[in-house]
Amino acid sequence: MKQVKDKLPILLFILLLAALWELSTIVFHIPAYIVPRLSDVFAAMGRHAGLLGKHFVLTLGEALLGLAISVLCGVMSAIWIESSSLARKTIYPLIVASQTIPIIALSPIMVMWFGYEIGSKVAVVILFTFFPVAVNTADGFRAADKEIGELLRSMGAGRAQLFLKWKLPSALPSFFTGLKMAAAISVGGATLGEWLGGESGLGVYTKRAANMLRGDDVFAGVLLLSFMGIALFIAAQIIERLVLGHRRA
Amino acid sequence: MSGRTITPEPRQETGLPGLSVQGLTYGFESDKPLFEGLDLEVPKGQFVSIVAASGMGKTTLFRLLAGLLQPESGTVTVAGAAEGPGGRSIGYMPQRDCLMPWRTVQDNAAIGLELAGMARREARRKVLELLPELGLAGTASKYPHELSGGMRQRVSFLRSLLAGGELLLLDEPFSALDAMTRSSLQQWLLEVWEKHRKTILFITHDIDEALLLSDQVLVAASAPIRKLVPMMVDLPRPRTYETTLAENFVYLKRRILRQLGRIGSSGGGGDE
Repeated sequence: MKQVKDKLPILLFILLLAALWELSTIVFHIPAYIVPRLSDVFAAMGRHAGLLGKHFVLTLGEALLGLAISVLCGVMSAIWIESSSLARKTIYPLIVASQTIPIIALSPIMVMWFGYEIGSKVAVVILFTFFPVAVNTADGFRAADKEIGELLRSMGAGRAQLFLKWKLPSALPSFFTGLKMAAAISVGGATLGEWLGGESGLGVYTKRAANMLRGDDVFAGVLLLSFMGIALFIAAQIIERLVLGHRRA
Repeated sequence: MSGRTITPEPRQETGLPGLSVQGLTYGFESDKPLFEGLDLEVPKGQFVSIVAASGMGKTTLFRLLAGLLQPESGTVTVAGAAEGPGGRSIGYMPQRDCLMPWRTVQDNAAIGLELAGMARREARRKVLELLPELGLAGTASKYPHELSGGMRQRVSFLRSLLAGGELLLLDEPFSALDAMTRSSLQQWLLEVWEKHRKTILFITHDIDEALLLSDQVLVAASAPIRKLVPMMVDLPRPRTYETTLAENFVYLKRRILRQLGRIGSSGGGGDE
């Protein structure tokens, strides 16, 4: 009950924005290829439900696969950085510095390397999502309470025990922060990957619709992409709550 | 006090010291040692406190005793303590409770047993048995943030009790608590200790606390610490807050204050 009450303002706000959208397109006579009426967007969604569903699943698959690989590689890099001071001095700054490279400019290279199939899309998603996972997890390891570590050492804990019973649980909140960020931007990565060269997916769908000046179809695709991003974020948040729920927020 | 006259009994005189330190030298900068040729012996089963001003390296001493730091020279011997890869397994209780927020009270207290290789189930069962007598009944599945500061320190103590062999090192464990909680925890610690009779080395800057709890108070008067002046606390046990009002208590307190240079030598009491 309380949860519903907490979410009520945002739900009402979204309804208000939707109403404003719908009304302003009518009142100001905005052409459909600029901003279509919201009801038309939903109508377009309904009309092409089957097709959109197929593209949706493809894009979601790319995002999830890329995300999974990023989590795997990101956590492993973080462990490497944490366990070797040489890696901390070389790999970590390199990862941080890599963020100054415009990922969008790098993305076409992924197409050159991995082709027009799913590989290049997943690669772009990884390009987007590896960083937040790796850096947040590494920072989480780093921020583990040193005194707790000392205490465990005074009880005879070895390297492996220190990692499993101290570092790993300490880094979890920070890891989940990274995961949530990565989940939210993974959809953007997949869409960009599809734009650069692909046959299917919601990115391709919206691009084609835009070329045909089909405003309602473009917005239908964009809305679905947003839903996907929000859903992935919420999924990450739910996992976070399940794992960390009992700790103090 | 009551009319009973109780002479302090020698406690578990086994001849073996619980902790023995010889010629300990250590400093963070080589020209400014914190300890220089320090000898220290704590008889088995005794409650010994070290009183020193802040910044004298008390916590460093504990880290040396716990094997977390290696002395420049000298030896530390703890009776019956296994030497682990990271240090010797003693019951070190730090100033902050250092409870792990992701573990329940039960799992926090069991960590030492777990690290020593005991099956988790068995370790948890052992903790559960001890919770009531430490005043922690009903908290087994609570998380640290659900407990008050005093309760958290009890859990921290239980963790040290289970982790350590015969020696417990308590590093100003009550210093962050309010006065009321502190006095009730001092009373609590006395009761628990009377029951378990571990060797305890207790660091504090609170002279009343040291005298109330200890068999012996070691005073660190000057830096670097070359020797600790022992003072036997021959006050009868069990002690209560009544004890702090006894004439003997005040006499001992005055001697310690004088050694620390807090009051002049005209304050009365014995010669030093």
